Amino acid sequence: MAEAALDTSKMKISDEVAISIVAMNKWYGTFHVLRDIDMTVNRGERIVICGPSGSGKSTLIRCINRLEEHQAGQIVVDGTELTSDLKNIDKVRSEVGMVFQHFNLFPHLTILENCTLAPIWVRKIPKREAEETAMHFLRKVKIPEQANKYPGQLSGGQQQRVAIARSLCMKPRIMLFDEPTSALDPEMIKEVLDTMIELAQEGMTMICVTHEMGFAQAVANRVIFMDQGQIVEQNEPKEFFNNPKSDRTKLFLSQILGH
Amino acid sequence: MTAMQETFVRSEMLGPSAPPISERGAVKWARSNLFSSPLNTILTLLGITALFLLLQGLLPWLLNGVWNANSLAECRAIVAANAGEGATGACWAMIRERWHQFLFGFYPSAEYWRPVLAFALLFAALAPVLYAGIRRNILMMLGAVTVCLLAALIGLGTTAPHLIQATVLMAVLIAVAVWQPKKLILFTLLYPAIAFFLLWGGSVWSPVVAMLGFGVLALVYRFLVGRLGVVVATGLGFVAACLWWMFAQTPLAAEINAVLPLGLTPIDSDQFGGFLLAFVIGVTAISASLPIGILLALGRQSDMFLIKTLSVGFIEFIRGVPLITMLFTASLLLQYFLPPNTNFDLILRVIILVTLFASAYIAEVIRGGLAALPRGQYEAADGLGLDYWQAQRLIIMPQALKIAIPGIVSSFIGLFKDTTLVAFVGLLDPLKGVTQVVRADINWKGIYWEPYIFVGLIFFIICFGMSRYSMYLERKLKTDHR
Repeated sequence: MAEAALDTSKMKISDEVAISIVAMNKWYGTFHVLRDIDMTVNRGERIVICGPSGSGKSTLIRCINRLEEHQAGQIVVDGTELTSDLKNIDKVRSEVGMVFQHFNLFPHLTILENCTLAPIWVRKIPKREAEETAMHFLRKVKIPEQANKYPGQLSGGQQQRVAIARSLCMKPRIMLFDEPTSALDPEMIKEVLDTMIELAQEGMTMICVTHEMGFAQAVANRVIFMDQGQIVEQNEPKEFFNNPKSDRTKLFLSQILGH
Repeated sequence: MTAMQETFVRSEMLGPSAPPISERGAVKWARSNLFSSPLNTILTLLGITALFLLLQGLLPWLLNGVWNANSLAECRAIVAANAGEGATGACWAMIRERWHQFLFGFYPSAEYWRPVLAFALLFAALAPVLYAGIRRNILMMLGAVTVCLLAALIGLGTTAPHLIQATVLMAVLIAVAVWQPKKLILFTLLYPAIAFFLLWGGSVWSPVVAMLGFGVLALVYRFLVGRLGVVVATGLGFVAACLWWMFAQTPLAAEINAVLPLGLTPIDSDQFGGFLLAFVIGVTAISASLPIGILLALGRQSDMFLIKTLSVGFIEFIRGVPLITMLFTASLLLQYFLPPNTNFDLILRVIILVTLFASAYIAEVIRGGLAALPRGQYEAADGLGLDYWQAQRLIIMPQALKIAIPGIVSSFIGLFKDTTLVAFVGLLDPLKGVTQVVRADINWKGIYWEPYIFVGLIFFIICFGMSRYSMYLERKLKTDHR
């Protein structure tokens, strides 16, 4: 991993609260997916959420920009509480970038159009300016030369980097990553992780659901372990990996690190 | 262990070489397509025999065809004289004499330039829709239309003033297409009023005032959209436009007409017939059913119970009823529900019900396209902060419609052919209506094949054209590189 090269000069965690989740519960029908989640994320924090499949980690971060609705408790993002009020939801969504497991690029639009669509229609930025911003971020994820191709012409790793650039074009204050490398071939995982590390170095507030424990150790300032819809353990990465407290965590770590 | 192979390292990569003769060209094609197995060989020979027999029967009939005659009896006499007793021959003379009825019904012949001009302008209106943004194609289409229009008008013996007007109009459209191609869509929006005025005639002010109703809609929408949102603003705008059409339309149009009378000879709906009728119904229903179908498909997927129930109910009801029932409703039942003495044009009634019928089918086809979209597309659109209508317009619909193109075009083709069913409510469709009129003539009594072949051929050309266009569109929009 890129531990040695990690530049921590801009990675400062402020006291300002970016996301606060209080006693949040969610059900799918009668199935209780998320139970009493309490979590505070300060600006500049880089949090990795891990846990076995079905533990509710994706659901949790999808609740943060209300792709999933919570039924009890409170979620406040950037000072805006998520309720059924559509105005608040759209406001939060435009402040929070989201990167999906399957990229979800728009296949009928070019890479550049993918990146400029939301700035033009949501932020009402002039087209020229939006294109300049888009090219800036495409250069940053190192694929400016692909700007006029369609997503179907790119490799998985390139597509995921475009997806990150697309989110960044909205100038979000928080980035959510939902298993961004799980659908990628091994050799493409690194290029996406490098992009994410670079983002972390610039002080972006990030919440990342991932099984890349190397990334967690290198970048995260906090690791959260979830099981059965609950937060089982959270700690700073060194402690979490070297000295896990709960038996469930120990078992999980032995399974994913043990091969 | 002694039999260890020698190590091998390739020093030079092999280049590609040409395949053997049996894998190339006509030999390969015939082998793999016609004679790949004993069964296929037998089937090929049988097929060739069948084709030969078919042509043996058909070719003399086509080749002996007669174009110059005044009656079926005369046709037969000419065929007998040319090809000998007992020979068969087509009697195309009937088409030479009656083609105008197949095309225009009983539309007065002095006014033929009006439907012809309307038909040409239809393509000018379609050009920016069919070839969005491709200026070269739009210009080529406009050029071809202009040439065909002038040839048709001259062929019909149109008077000089109308000829000049048509030329100037097309020249203006081409000029717009050259300098302001985006503005051409305005002509598309105005086209319904222009076509209505050209076809039915009457005062020019009626369609103008009717178009102002849409202006009222736009005005109300723009005034309210900031405060009440897209749906409510559109709804109220629509109500305002309806009020305009109900109360302001007739007196205002009459008022202006009294001051400045301007118009064309009015033509009654009874005089419409043939392909003119098929096009009026088909084109209107096709262009109106697509937006209605989109809204119904979205309504069916809506979270709002009332909207969903209404959409599902409408779609299922309409799809459960034969089109002929709807046509009878149009011609008979609707009269009972309307206030007494309202003279609601029969063609208009038929158009409305055919449109509703088609939109239910289109809605289901589009729903198929929506269902084929991965959930991730909705989530990505939501995640970027696009609102419902933006997400639908920019992300969901472009993809869903693209997936649904073959189904949509199939529906359109079916709809266009179904316009012949209006024969059952007494309208003069090209297939049954006009053919019956022609065959009622003592001169052409007993003619069967020729009118049906003629009408069938025109339908085929139009439907085949639509089908080819849809394939072109699919190729053009193919961006997923699967």
